[in-house]
Amino acid sequence: MRKYIAFFRLRFSMGLQYRTAALAGILTQFVWAGMEILMFRAFYRTDASSFPMTFQATCAYVWMQQAFLTLFMAWMMENEIFDSIVNGNISYELCRPINIYNMWFSRSLANRLSKAVLRCMPILLVAALLPAPYGLMLPANPQAFLLFLLTLFIGVGVTVAFCMLVYMLSFFTISPAGIRMVAVSVVEFLSGATIPLPFFPEKIRAFLELLPFASMQNVPLRIYSGDLSGNAMGRALFLQFFWLFALIGIGRLLDFIAMKKITIQGG
Amino acid sequence: MRLYGKFFVMHLKSLMEYKTSFFLTCVGQFLVSFNVFLGMYFMFQRFSNVEGFAYNEVLLCFGITLMEFSLAESVARGFDTFDSMIKQGEFDRVLVRPRHEILLVLGSRIEFSRIGRILQALVMFVYGFTVSGVRWTPAKVMTVLLMLIGGTVVFSGLFLIYASICFFTIEGLEFMNIFTDGAREYGKYPISIYGKRILQLCTFVIPYGLIQYYPFLFLLDRGKPFYSLLPLAACLFILPCFFLWKLGVRHYASSGS
Repeated sequence: MRKYIAFFRLRFSMGLQYRTAALAGILTQFVWAGMEILMFRAFYRTDASSFPMTFQATCAYVWMQQAFLTLFMAWMMENEIFDSIVNGNISYELCRPINIYNMWFSRSLANRLSKAVLRCMPILLVAALLPAPYGLMLPANPQAFLLFLLTLFIGVGVTVAFCMLVYMLSFFTISPAGIRMVAVSVVEFLSGATIPLPFFPEKIRAFLELLPFASMQNVPLRIYSGDLSGNAMGRALFLQFFWLFALIGIGRLLDFIAMKKITIQGG
Repeated sequence: MRLYGKFFVMHLKSLMEYKTSFFLTCVGQFLVSFNVFLGMYFMFQRFSNVEGFAYNEVLLCFGITLMEFSLAESVARGFDTFDSMIKQGEFDRVLVRPRHEILLVLGSRIEFSRIGRILQALVMFVYGFTVSGVRWTPAKVMTVLLMLIGGTVVFSGLFLIYASICFFTIEGLEFMNIFTDGAREYGKYPISIYGKRILQLCTFVIPYGLIQYYPFLFLLDRGKPFYSLLPLAACLFILPCFFLWKLGVRHYASSGS
């Protein structure tokens, strides 16, 4: 365990180095969040009664989504890992007395967290200062906030575990580009990054909420905005834990199979 | 132009060496922009219209914007990797050749995997065209053509700005994405829905409005006749972009070895 924590710390402090990139990212995310909110406002003004959440909750959802973008965006997979599989550098990693799955898991987690730490604060701060319906409201009560934090962490875990599946699958396909693009677009849509899940028609939403993708950003963001509470929240939390363990389980199984038949590329 | 054709064939040949990956990437590209469409579809399942624009009208708008962007992208995305070209000093090589430097930069990289996206744009464009319920007259068809031309020019101009900035910063700037990818993403709805301020910004600063909103109103019989000619005015946008590029080339001091 200790060596994986070391990997985590290494990556985490490495990620903190890229401050200019973070600044550019913050700027971009502001504009995206602003446009997103203006778009929802247009729909809200047209027909407020069809709106599935309150407008304020939607704004909070959008701000939180942009602030923690790096935690959940599936396209933020690590090129280094793909490269090492394609060009054979993976052999160095395999020589070390560590488990590939655990190491990559901890480093992906560190990468996402460090980026989020750099970016979230300015966005949250400014969003909180904006006037009432457009800004970021405080959560309903302290419990909701604690639950938000808890589900946020599990959500990142599920996201990373899913990305691990893609890494593991590229052991079998060699060229990762295609699989990656397809996986990313599926996650994007089903996790509620394109439009929040409550905006889907009722039946489709009920189905989507059972999938692992709903356990990523959907749960924490909706708990924060107060859209998810009571029994539905308990169920969502249970599903989150379930998918976290399931995805890690499948990932480790793939890891086990891949390690048995691995061919090193390159020369 | 013949040279560009040569570059084109060259890249196509090198790509065909990796067929499977190429097709999967195309599928991926297709899916990515298909997501946007699905998102809109579900939004309109819930809301019948947005600020007076019905689903089929917005689809036409989305189709045209996507097409404009994809056309520009297939021509001018070579600028996207321009920062690495500067960083590695490859631009020196370009400068000593007896052709125009823009042509050579564009020819250095032609992305065929964007075919998926172009295909999607084409599908959306045709679909939007048929379901829009617009009564097509020669004048309107002409307007759509002008929109496509104007849009391609404007987006190409934005890519050109992105590349020109690299002369000064060496790094590519992420926030420029707002103006290209962001414009594609949010250009799916007529710009007016984002409010008056945004519309003003998109009329006078970066002429998105001239290639999307105003001529689009004309297509729906809601605008004045001269709106159909505004995309031509938008073409003027390329001039300052080109000027910035020239300035950049003059400012260029080589880097790399």
